[in-house]
Amino acid sequence: MSQKTEAVKRPVSRKDMTKWQWTWKEMKANKTGYFLLAPFYIIFFIFTVLPVILSILFSLTDFNMLEMPHIIWFDNYIRLFLDDDIFLLSVKNTLVFAAITGPGSYLLSLILAWFINELPSKIRALMTLIFYAPSISGNIYLVWTYIFSADSHGFLNGTLINLGLITTPIAWLKDTDYIMPIVIIVALWTSLGTSFLTFIAGFQVVDRSLYEAAAVDGVKNRWQELWYITLPYMRPQMLFGAVMAITQSFGFGAVITGLVGFPSPEYCAHTIMHHLEDYGNTRFEMGYASTIAVVLFFLMIGSNMLVRKILGKVGK
Amino acid sequence: MAKLHIRKSNHALNRSLGGDIGINTVLLIFGAFMFLPMLYTILQSLKPLDELWQFPPRFFVRSPTLNNFKTLFNLMSTSWVPFSRYIFNTAFVSVLGTFGNVMLSSAAAYSLAKMKFPGKEVLFQIVVYSLMFHTTVTAITNFFTMSVLHMIDTYWARIIPACATSMGLYLMKQFMETSVPTTVLESARLDGASEMRVFWQIAMPMVKPAWLTLIVFCFKDLWNSGASIYIYTEQYKSFNYAIQQIVTGGISRQGAGAASTVIMMLVPILVFVITQSNIIETMSTSGMKD
Repeated sequence: MSQKTEAVKRPVSRKDMTKWQWTWKEMKANKTGYFLLAPFYIIFFIFTVLPVILSILFSLTDFNMLEMPHIIWFDNYIRLFLDDDIFLLSVKNTLVFAAITGPGSYLLSLILAWFINELPSKIRALMTLIFYAPSISGNIYLVWTYIFSADSHGFLNGTLINLGLITTPIAWLKDTDYIMPIVIIVALWTSLGTSFLTFIAGFQVVDRSLYEAAAVDGVKNRWQELWYITLPYMRPQMLFGAVMAITQSFGFGAVITGLVGFPSPEYCAHTIMHHLEDYGNTRFEMGYASTIAVVLFFLMIGSNMLVRKILGKVGK
Repeated sequence: MAKLHIRKSNHALNRSLGGDIGINTVLLIFGAFMFLPMLYTILQSLKPLDELWQFPPRFFVRSPTLNNFKTLFNLMSTSWVPFSRYIFNTAFVSVLGTFGNVMLSSAAAYSLAKMKFPGKEVLFQIVVYSLMFHTTVTAITNFFTMSVLHMIDTYWARIIPACATSMGLYLMKQFMETSVPTTVLESARLDGASEMRVFWQIAMPMVKPAWLTLIVFCFKDLWNSGASIYIYTEQYKSFNYAIQQIVTGGISRQGAGAASTVIMMLVPILVFVITQSNIIETMSTSGMKD
């Protein structure tokens, strides 16, 4: 023991110390580093990391915020997957919704950013604004309720009746056949957000001289240029954009509720997010809601991992 | 500092006329899809009542009027809680939350990007993973945490979690890593400047685009936030929530509803227009490594 303290006191090199002693010395020497990140990480752990851990713990109990919780192990999970038909429906809806809006928004962002990049810079700034605006304009998506309004004064119904294509107005947002396609279109409309901006920026920082070199090497058109030069160069932005697009595709609960209400007719646009809100905010069944949150959490992380694998293949 | 390569002329390498026409057609179609509903909202807000209920409905407005905005302000003045209170709530939460997020994220990002100490890789990886899940996952359990901390039904329930967003730290850290040369910091340290001073007086001015971006992102989220599950008391609720209550009050308020949407969307759009080039510069460093 005394030998060890001595080792710290005399001028030391890393070899003289055990791994832990070295680490401790480094930590003490960089107190300011920890000091600077402490405020952020304390809040971050309490409100972002802790909830995930708590959700996993709560999901094994029947906690309801009022009574002392009991540990019921996997009863919540069994109830969720075997007895809760609405949950299974919500899983199906979420997967359909996310599988279309996630990749859809991603490809749309990428392709539109690529096309916009071909424009002169003034027009480029304007087009960026036009495409980005719906995603930052709060509840602007409610305009679609005027367009798809159920009576003949709604823009779409009125126009279709006027053209003689239909005779009676269609209740677009109440008819289970139309709801899913409409909410997907509206979600896509509001989805050109962070990933879109990332791609716009990504295209602008590609080294121009690469294109000239590629032309010499036999790249013949802009498609080849995109596939062989631009996309591999932009791989970091593409990865970040993918994370943003996936996370976003699981976060459209408010848009769906705004358009078709909660619960949606016959639960046809009921997603896991809605199910979670229902049990968490309305019924305060904390244990059961946590179980739903855990499933949603792993679904999000899982789809991110999957997409990372796929994106690793671009340009290879 | 990493400079953007702003292209001066359209380089003609590997470009065909057919491709140009195709690209512009696609942009035109999608541009119309994105822009027309926005325009329709603005036009709806300017329509007098008879035009709102006209059959067949018209896209454009014939005799524009500001009556809908007047109706909206009249409705506001009759609310039980004075409307200035809602505006104050949103402004207070947005300003404090944005300020806190920029401060805390920058400090943590500087520490992670420009200092060396054990554990920083792990700490950053946790933040990267947290980008992968949406806040709906954490909302319910946070209700429990906040009730333990006695934060339910206070401004803090909305301000404090907004002060440490993973997005804020991530963007700041990536930008600092590429845009702040370590040599400049080293020479300042050799001159005897303390680490806090190096951070505040040398690094922070260099990452202005990043904190401007963060201000825009954070402000836009807080400004747009409506009903919060953590707030019950009417006096603490947000402007957006109150405006929603008014416009969902009846179908005859469609014009006032459109007017409110126009007011709500003006602020984030204006802020974005002013800061666009800074935001693009920041996002160019946002890439993620495999």
